[in-house]
Amino acid sequence: MTTFGLDTFGDVTHDASGTPLTHAQTIRDVVEQGVLADQVGLDFFGIGEHHTPDMPLSAADVVLAAIAARTSRIHLGSAVTVLSSDDPVRVFQRFSTLNAVSGGRAEVILGRGSSVDSFPLFGYDLADYEDLFEEKTHLFAELLKGGPVTWQGKTRASLHEQDVVPFTEPFPTWIGVGGSPQSVVRAASYGFSLMLAIIGGHPGRFAPFSELYLHALEKFGRSPLPIGIHSPGHVAPTDEQAREEFWPHYLDVITRLGKTRGFATPTPQSYAHEVGPHGALFVGSPETVAEKMARTMKTLKASRFDLKYGIGGLSHGSLMRTIELYGTEVVPRVRDLLA
Amino acid sequence: MKIAVLGAGHVGPVVARLALAAGYPVAIAGSGDPARIAMITEFLAPGAVPLSASDAVADADLVVLAIPWHRFGTLEPGMFAGKVVVDAMNHWPPAAQPLGTSEEVAARLVGAHVVKTLNHIAYQDMEPPNGRAVGLAGDDAAAVDVVSEFLRRIGFEPVPVGPLAAGRLLEPGSPVFGVAVRRPEFEQFAKEQS
Repeated sequence: MTTFGLDTFGDVTHDASGTPLTHAQTIRDVVEQGVLADQVGLDFFGIGEHHTPDMPLSAADVVLAAIAARTSRIHLGSAVTVLSSDDPVRVFQRFSTLNAVSGGRAEVILGRGSSVDSFPLFGYDLADYEDLFEEKTHLFAELLKGGPVTWQGKTRASLHEQDVVPFTEPFPTWIGVGGSPQSVVRAASYGFSLMLAIIGGHPGRFAPFSELYLHALEKFGRSPLPIGIHSPGHVAPTDEQAREEFWPHYLDVITRLGKTRGFATPTPQSYAHEVGPHGALFVGSPETVAEKMARTMKTLKASRFDLKYGIGGLSHGSLMRTIELYGTEVVPRVRDLLA
Repeated sequence: MKIAVLGAGHVGPVVARLALAAGYPVAIAGSGDPARIAMITEFLAPGAVPLSASDAVADADLVVLAIPWHRFGTLEPGMFAGKVVVDAMNHWPPAAQPLGTSEEVAARLVGAHVVKTLNHIAYQDMEPPNGRAVGLAGDDAAAVDVVSEFLRRIGFEPVPVGPLAAGRLLEPGSPVFGVAVRRPEFEQFAKEQS
């Protein structure tokens, strides 16, 4: 089954005059966006945890619960949960509760964290980056099995025959992978689905990752599991409009993030490449975005595509239009192209 | 010339693939048991031989360090003596350090001939290399030549920017970091900074 979703990092939205809205208003707007995503027939709505003044959605599960109360069909999840700096027991409890509230619509996408604001905030050392994720993923997999858990490790208190509640139906769990092959193998070994986060460069370069994942699933004796793609984008009635609307905000956000993340400052040339057929930005008219999505999904053997919409500085109205076009025009086209 | 790539993460398999395509024998090492990266190697760098770091380095003429910077301190320094060592690492998160990574690498890997390069290109932009200009910095002229030849054969356009201390010009925050530039612009930049 092919499914389509939207992800947001909850960037602060601006009003029509370009003035930033409050964090509270931004969060209320995200709830409206999630409700619209359900109304236009999308399968998934995800919120990526961040902890900065520009991206204030630090408690995604609370926002997802609010969306759950106003929807009945769409699945709701994280995109991603930075598991390395969280407690797997608490993550399990929060999403198991969301699963109960939503009638079995929770999903979790676990990540090591490519934005690492949560490490100092919660007292974790970046030097332990890999070990934290390795251990905590293992514990999370144990928790998902249900029943009393026995676990020992260095990154949190050990558990012995411990009940961790609430027990709900199992929910889909993914590992978000930005380029680490170990994470691909890890996802397969735990029986988690693979979400490829493609935010720069040619999406086709991830094809060997898909092959590695499918092979690893087989080797570990796992049933087939979906491969998903998460990529940034913006949809408007025409290519020109979409590109012009997105560019100043993309330039601003990537330039600022680049200082802490080592990204290069975008140029008009690099932007043209990223929005073109060989880049990772799905920015354009419904036709352009649909064609690029279908091609990328085929190349990467993906059955799920989550468009990461929105970027700091765009207005709520502009985001609502992207959601509507994505749900009503882009996704039906992609389904036709893949049929 | 035999190549050892230390690191089987984002960057290592890409460098290994490029080296294999250019006809070099390549060994690749992750942290710990080589069996852990056998499957990764088979799919991402077919033809490379997964080995332990010490076995890979012992047999190599040129060693590429493509590991996270915070893991560098876990490498056994003695095994690098006499080797040409490419430092492709970066401080992460970017840090305002008094020294560039390569000066720290050279200070720790006594007897190694350290050259800083490939750190300023995102791994997703390395394939295909398309003759893209890459800066390299090193104190040992012979080692710089060896690495220049390696870079040229795998498809890049090597541009020496000076001694190892000049490697800071290639680090995060630099105008050439992550940016596709051609040789003349790169040379101009290196000249302006020297």
